[in-house]
Amino acid sequence: MSFPWAKHYEPTSAFGKYIDEKLPIPRLVYNSLGAGYPVPKNLNYFYNFGVLAGVALVLQIVTGIVLAMHYAANTQIAFDSVEHIMRDVNGGWMMRYMHATGASFFFVAVYVHIFRGLYYGSYKPPREVLWMLGLVILLLMMATAFMGYVLVWGQMSFWGATVITNLFSAIPLIGETIHTWLLGGFAPDNATLNRFFSLHYLLPFIILGVVILHVWALHIPGSNNPTGIDVKSKADTVPFHPYYTAKDFFGLGVYLTLFAAVVFFGPNVLGEADNYIPANPLSTPAHIVPEWYFWPFYAILRAFTVDFPFGLVPAKLWGVLGMFAAILLLFFLPWLDTSPVRSNNYRPMARIAFWVFVGDIVILAICGGKPAEEPWVRLSQVASAYYFAHFLLILPLIARIERPLPLPNSISEAVLKRHTNTGAPAAQQLPGAGVAELPPTGHAQPAE
Amino acid sequence: MATQPHDQLTETGAPLDERRRDFIYIATGAFAAAGAATVVWPLVNQMNPSADVLALASIDVDLSPVAAGQAIKISWRGKPVFVRNLTPAEQAAANKVDIKSLRDPETLAERTKPGHSNWLITLGVCTHLGCVPLGAGEGENRGDFGGYFCPCHGSTYDTAARIRKGPAPKNLEVPAYVFKTPTQVTIG
Repeated sequence: MSFPWAKHYEPTSAFGKYIDEKLPIPRLVYNSLGAGYPVPKNLNYFYNFGVLAGVALVLQIVTGIVLAMHYAANTQIAFDSVEHIMRDVNGGWMMRYMHATGASFFFVAVYVHIFRGLYYGSYKPPREVLWMLGLVILLLMMATAFMGYVLVWGQMSFWGATVITNLFSAIPLIGETIHTWLLGGFAPDNATLNRFFSLHYLLPFIILGVVILHVWALHIPGSNNPTGIDVKSKADTVPFHPYYTAKDFFGLGVYLTLFAAVVFFGPNVLGEADNYIPANPLSTPAHIVPEWYFWPFYAILRAFTVDFPFGLVPAKLWGVLGMFAAILLLFFLPWLDTSPVRSNNYRPMARIAFWVFVGDIVILAICGGKPAEEPWVRLSQVASAYYFAHFLLILPLIARIERPLPLPNSISEAVLKRHTNTGAPAAQQLPGAGVAELPPTGHAQPAE
Repeated sequence: MATQPHDQLTETGAPLDERRRDFIYIATGAFAAAGAATVVWPLVNQMNPSADVLALASIDVDLSPVAAGQAIKISWRGKPVFVRNLTPAEQAAANKVDIKSLRDPETLAERTKPGHSNWLITLGVCTHLGCVPLGAGEGENRGDFGGYFCPCHGSTYDTAARIRKGPAPKNLEVPAYVFKTPTQVTIG
């Protein structure tokens, strides 16, 4: 589905007509990434990150397939085979550094993409399913990244695998059975490494499948935009190609420049030095930390230190429940934030809550990267409590009591007003001053 | 419509025919579901520990070189096991504790074998998230209660390897073992 004014695909060559009758892939591309897809004309650079995440996924798959040609999933030689890639395989060091750094950059792109969605209300109807598919991708990414990190079979790999698989033993009654089943033994060993390799190779393709569903679900209502209001007429949109293909390629250039800078000048700044020590099941590193992109969730896991209520539910189970709930809660966000206004640009209270929440995540991330000692434990407890309060108390409450700023009548109006009123931005903030300034019929046509 | 053979049956009672069809659908569906379940089970079960992993289930340990106050770390089923020769003072400290005040109430006698109460044999696996606690090696941090200390999340165990402080829910697990001779023990 698309807007009625979307351009129609017309094959020009005889071959184009032939293919269009049998397998209309050019038509699909034209209607989803080409001139046949009208997109709100006011998207800012935060809207580049979906495409950047897609490119990051492709980069991970390409470098990963190459690495799998040289890696050996056996506990005796796994670590050595990684060093073999680094030292002996032609250009292997670059492939591995691109893959390891690529994972971090993938998470950067996805986290910015998610916070963009949170700020502009992209999770609200009619895009709830789109939002939930994105969360499924996030969960799959986390599983994939975790298992990939284990494959190196260094100290952090081994002890990370030990700690994370032990989470499942917190489940009452059947936890220990599940734990043994996941590992294929009583501790992480060859069976574990082999199955993680198998799944680490499989999951990216599952992610690719869900990404296709995610893009499909996006194309039904079309993209959200910084005003959060619906597209009303042709004047509100521009064709995806060439306008956003050009904008995305520019963003991609910036992204890849930064990526290359880290790959070539600081490939280990985001990693842990302990993972260059081969795995030793009899000696735990003094300070086990996951990769930075798990820090906020790791902090929530460790924030539970007492059994409650009345010592009935162990702290360990609370930690596991808390960590999983932190992500699963996001699935309910479309129904927790009931405000009909999407964009935080027009929600003075929700905007403040958003930035406090971002600060809370940063605090959780810092706590998650620190050893389990004071003041970090206490700080992570407060920050974890706030994390849940943000979704369960603050957002529902704001949705009830907040008085949103007046919304513009259309995207075009908002864009034009910003250009004519640049001298007096404060005047726009006055309640009631926004809507009446332009007559609703005053849509300008885009300069196509 | 005349080409549909079922029209002839409606005169004798369409509901009867529909019930027969419903039954066939449900029976077919149930048969397919049972078939799918029998296919899924081997796919799930292959992930359980294999025969060679289970075969390494027991080991023999010689206790004679372990002096009082010392501990050794050995590997069993891919996990470390702490074998500790408790001094009389350490045993007395463990016995002095009020059992009711413990998170996981057990006496030292319950955690050792009769006549061998100086030999504390436990898994070296923190019951929180599976790290190896410190305290079995020479000069390692034994925590506030003189037993073991887990560096990962700060769980502290006493001289009977019972949880006293920190996030771990249980005492260090005591594996199944038997004394073959006073200085020879079989674990597993």
